[in-house]
Amino acid sequence: MTEIEKRQHWMSLLAKAPAAELDRLWSALGLVPDYGYLRSPEAGGVMVRGRAGATGAPFNLGEMTVTRCSVKLSGGEVGHAYVQGRDKAHATQAALIDALMQTGQAAFVREAVLAPLDEAQQAARAARAAKAAATKVDFFTMARGED
Amino acid sequence: MYVAVKGGERAIDNAHAWLAEERRGDLSVAELSVAQIREQLSLAVNRVMVEGSLYDPDLAALAIKQARGDLIEAIFLIRAYRTTLPRFGASRPVDTAQMACDRRISATFKDAPGGQVLGPTFDYTHRLLDFKLAAEGAAPEAPSAAPQDGPVPHITGFLNREGLIQTEAASDDTPPDLTREPMELPAERPLRLQALSRGDEGFVLSLAYSTQRGYARNHAFVGELRIGAVAVEMDIPELGFAIEIGEITLTECETVNQFKGSKTEPPQFTRGYGLVFGQTERKAISMALVDRALRWKELGEDNQGAPAQDEEFVLMHCDNIQATGFLEHIKLPHYVDFQSELELVRKLRREAQDGAGAAPVQEAAE
Repeated sequence: MTEIEKRQHWMSLLAKAPAAELDRLWSALGLVPDYGYLRSPEAGGVMVRGRAGATGAPFNLGEMTVTRCSVKLSGGEVGHAYVQGRDKAHATQAALIDALMQTGQAAFVREAVLAPLDEAQQAARAARAAKAAATKVDFFTMARGED
Repeated sequence: MYVAVKGGERAIDNAHAWLAEERRGDLSVAELSVAQIREQLSLAVNRVMVEGSLYDPDLAALAIKQARGDLIEAIFLIRAYRTTLPRFGASRPVDTAQMACDRRISATFKDAPGGQVLGPTFDYTHRLLDFKLAAEGAAPEAPSAAPQDGPVPHITGFLNREGLIQTEAASDDTPPDLTREPMELPAERPLRLQALSRGDEGFVLSLAYSTQRGYARNHAFVGELRIGAVAVEMDIPELGFAIEIGEITLTECETVNQFKGSKTEPPQFTRGYGLVFGQTERKAISMALVDRALRWKELGEDNQGAPAQDEEFVLMHCDNIQATGFLEHIKLPHYVDFQSELELVRKLRREAQDGAGAAPVQEAAE
């Protein structure tokens, strides 16, 4: 993975994380970084697009709520966040983690916050996929009509 | 003539206070929480998100509570709220081929790769009231099985390989947005799809049904219906690359429609498309049928004069907030308008009577 891909991965994890879960992990992390806002947390909308026939011309499907935030640590690292929903603490914590991931504390933050989030998201996804798989139809032929 | 009158303030305040009391209902019954609505009335929440055109289950649940379960009123609240949100931008088009499918069925191919996955459906239930739900019970648990690996391919892709179905021309054009510019007719397909996706479920359903009954019949098969989660990606200017900003549940319906060919197109299958927020499959199927009916011009079909083919009729009447706004405003005071109507009718009656040579009758005292 390139550096950009790594950052895309953690920012996406943070965007999709349940706000309460991130808050719990952030509090448990116990870091109190010195920071200022480049952009205070702000809730807004993003227009979600689809494609006609799944592959054709783009169209506007409808909006979703998103909260964004940018922070700058006292060391100069800049963290950005765009997270789903309207939770300002979620956006601030996500931006702080994005910034901390650019510091010497990256490994610690990855271990304490990102890894558990990743695990939880994969487990949730696997649980739904397993329930879906149980509803897959197994066809069998009872009788054929040509005899 | 417009005459401002005052005097309703106290009555309005008291009406709203009573509304709040009625909303709460019998105090001996526990109050409903927003989280309960979000989790346990999720299909109502989905409908409010679809027609409110804003994906936010918590807000939709709050709107349902505030509206006492009147979904159009709840949609109205969401539409009003979304106008207050600054627009951060637009996502990349969602890739539904990558959907983590809860449900995926095809009415055209029994053995479609990826299989027929029923998901949490009402289909095949007997529609008998379940009185066990009237009592509190243990939490139900769904069985599980080994999950399938990898994304599930779209059914239309197979037909496409054989050239049997009309292809969708890919583009990266910026689509028109009816929340930003007034709708202009004739509308291109992207604008029609936006209007249909947020349109009233009942209206779109009835139009779709009318095509099945013969008003611009288009012989639709549900080629594929899928429900599941997709990631939403957006390019972030300050980063210079795209990230996933969230994950939403979508319902997608692709119809495969019989088509004998026309002056301009060879015989092949054609397509209708429905895509909506949440698990909302009645709406997605309806949308696909109406989308297909509205494509008559580009496919060189005849205009049969059917309502579902009439773009102006469909697009200008499918929005339930526009409709209810105009409909319900007629209950508000029109005292002065009506006064002038009253005088006009009296005058016409007088003239008619005079003309007929009848003696003028004395009007009743007002």
